[in-house]
Amino acid sequence: MEVDYSREAAVVEGNLRLAEIDSIIARPMEERPGKKYFLALAISTTALLIGAICIGITLLYGVGTWGNNQPVGWAFGIVNFVFWIGIGHAGTLISAILFLLRQKWRTGIARFAEAMTIFAVMCAGIFPIIHTGRPWLAGYLVPYPNQHGLWVNFISPLVWDVFAVSTYFTISLLFWYVGLIPDFATLRDRTVSKVKKTIYSIFSLGWRHSNRHWQHYEKAYMILAGLSTPLVLSVHTIVSFDFATSILPGWHTTIFPPYFVAGAIFSGFAMVVTVLVFVRKVFDMEQIITIDHLEKMNKILLATGMMVGYAYAMEFFIAWYSGVHFEFFVFVNRAFGPYAWAYWIMVSCNVLFPQLFWFRKIRRSIPAMFVIVILVNVGMWFERFVIIVSSLHRDFLPSSWGYFTPTLVDLGILLGSFGLFFTLVILFSRTLPVVSMSEVKAVAPNAQPTHHGGHLE
Amino acid sequence: MLNPLTMEDILNNNRLYGITALFDTPDEIIHAAKEVAKAGYKKFDVNTPYPVHGMDRSMGLRRSLVGYVTTFLGFSATAFILLFMFWTMSIDYPMVIGGKPYFALPAFIPITFETTVLLGGIATVVGLIALFSSLPYNNHPLHDTDYMRAVSSDKYGIVIESEDPLFDEEKVKELFAKLGSKKIHSVFYPEETQIPVFQPRYIVFLIVTAIAVSALTYVTLNKVLFIEPFSWMMEQDKVTPQEKSSFFSDSYGMRTPVEGTVARGFIPYPYKGMAAPTETLPNPLLPTKEVLELGKKKYLTYCSPCHGNFADGDSRLRGQFPNPPTLHSQRARDFSDGMIYHIIVNGQNIMPSYESQTTVEERWAIVHYIRALQRAKNAKLDDLQEVNKEIQLNVEE
Repeated sequence: MEVDYSREAAVVEGNLRLAEIDSIIARPMEERPGKKYFLALAISTTALLIGAICIGITLLYGVGTWGNNQPVGWAFGIVNFVFWIGIGHAGTLISAILFLLRQKWRTGIARFAEAMTIFAVMCAGIFPIIHTGRPWLAGYLVPYPNQHGLWVNFISPLVWDVFAVSTYFTISLLFWYVGLIPDFATLRDRTVSKVKKTIYSIFSLGWRHSNRHWQHYEKAYMILAGLSTPLVLSVHTIVSFDFATSILPGWHTTIFPPYFVAGAIFSGFAMVVTVLVFVRKVFDMEQIITIDHLEKMNKILLATGMMVGYAYAMEFFIAWYSGVHFEFFVFVNRAFGPYAWAYWIMVSCNVLFPQLFWFRKIRRSIPAMFVIVILVNVGMWFERFVIIVSSLHRDFLPSSWGYFTPTLVDLGILLGSFGLFFTLVILFSRTLPVVSMSEVKAVAPNAQPTHHGGHLE
Repeated sequence: MLNPLTMEDILNNNRLYGITALFDTPDEIIHAAKEVAKAGYKKFDVNTPYPVHGMDRSMGLRRSLVGYVTTFLGFSATAFILLFMFWTMSIDYPMVIGGKPYFALPAFIPITFETTVLLGGIATVVGLIALFSSLPYNNHPLHDTDYMRAVSSDKYGIVIESEDPLFDEEKVKELFAKLGSKKIHSVFYPEETQIPVFQPRYIVFLIVTAIAVSALTYVTLNKVLFIEPFSWMMEQDKVTPQEKSSFFSDSYGMRTPVEGTVARGFIPYPYKGMAAPTETLPNPLLPTKEVLELGKKKYLTYCSPCHGNFADGDSRLRGQFPNPPTLHSQRARDFSDGMIYHIIVNGQNIMPSYESQTTVEERWAIVHYIRALQRAKNAKLDDLQEVNKEIQLNVEE
């Protein structure tokens, strides 16, 4: 196919009228879901229930049911935590950073990506809480004046994590909700069902699309984007501090913050593409979530994938260049030791396969990009596995070397987190507008006045 | 609930909220807003399905002040959390962690940043909704009108409120018609509906809610918290005293030690059972103040019931038993320390062994105390000199 890159592609294809945009976006909420929907929901809920059972087993019998033990004291719990937090980063990047960069193509995918952020952070939040074995005592993480007269240790990276993740979740939720208010108002005025109308009225807060409100709304939205941009970078930086502030070879590196942030965006975009490929097809939204949008996302995947590849190479270089014997051992052991299989899965999925996106045909081919993003998802999960497990399994004393093997409970909880994520995504796709109506309408052809900031095509 | 606008409103002569007009294109609405502002109206509003570029200027609005709320509350949070961390880590519970100073500013930066963003973000959203938009406002007269349904989807509307000082129904309609609007409507305030508070349904609902919440709280705090695994590891596999054990064939959880076992701190006494040992142990303790106080305490507990508080053999048991002897007799004074220790461990005549009640250290302390009592009851003149010397010393000091 021939694509003309010399001019900006239309954000909304096919000259849709504004009312048509509304009905395309609102259709999933107004129709009765079909059999396929319930089948998908059944599969994801099953995975969720398996996870719930495995968490129940963990709580009843203790974290001894997991595979981690000395010397690998951190394994699946933290791997999954970092993986899911990373997935969330794409949503904030799309909604905040691309907003500040005035990338209009983000409007079609922003709402879904933001929702995925919130769901991914929920999945991530499970792991630090359950890995303590007694999640009902998680309240101690909050600095409140308690009967012990103790405060949390504010200079511990694990406490930074608590602040970073909870702030990230709260701000993402607020950002998402602020974006939803005008859409709730539109839905309120569309629906004929009395129950739905009451619900939408409550959530729309009585929004009237008044320009006296839009004026503040746009400002607030920009401020939130401005706050979220450093926030999203700080969250994965702080997650990387969990490792980087330790003195363990393989963790104690200054490249970790940018490396983790690039990896997070990489994995997040992969997950967004994975889900959007289905959404645009199932809900007939090909004109709003266009192939151009997907291509742009694939380009970002290519760029961040190479950043991650650079980080892999630089870690090796520094291990050799620093002359630290232990550091060098860890990296050689990573690539050629007992966990070499995991290392090479990571390198091939994250660095080699995304190189196919150099070809325009592959960037614009749905099946090809689907296969590649699935591989990226796998590769990014293994990246966290490699960082955590391979650094721990052989420490300074050869007598305490070990090998980590996950148990069924470990795998069950991982499956359960995917179950939770996809259950929430599936429920979201039929209960809320998966694309922002007001934002897409604002960038539709002829939606802006001709004499001021409008588009003269 | 809100009722859709009907002819009744007009017939009932409800209060007029304003006049609305709908337009089809963004250009028209920009033009309309400009003209309305130029005509001098202040209480008018434009409703569009999305923010239309340039509308703020056309309506003559001032810059939004949302940013000030964010800045003020965000930086307040910065100051608060920095002071809070300083207070907890340096004043309330100072602790050296990782060799860092009490006020470890670089390590405080992450939490300071997160708190700033959190408070700044929440302030922005709350400010936007409550302060700048006066929401939630679900019974606004514009709701549930055809006008609102149109601007919610794809039309651009303008409304001039009746409260505007220049408002005149005919003039406004004329202006809108001149601007090219084909849909001009009057919007009335909805009839005020009052919901009585004390209706039986509502009271029953309140009672049921109260009972349900109380029951849930009771069950959670008194039952759920005491079941596994929330019970602070009350149920454990270890064998507790007096418990049956399935591990040993005789089912005894408490095991007797192997013969000849010496427990820590329980060194066996070598002259055990001898009536008159030919040699005895020396006292390993010095008669310090602490030792004498320990000896006094134990003497008063175990020895004084028979031998008397001052070892005169004049206790309250006198007359009920064969008289306990005084410890100030020549024979008792001539006993070596080891012999008194031997009597405490072994017992003598009717006196039982005090081995199980006292530790080795306590016994030697008792011996020292008895020595002190003996010397006090049998003081010599040079003892007095010693005492005087001590008093003199204290006076000089």
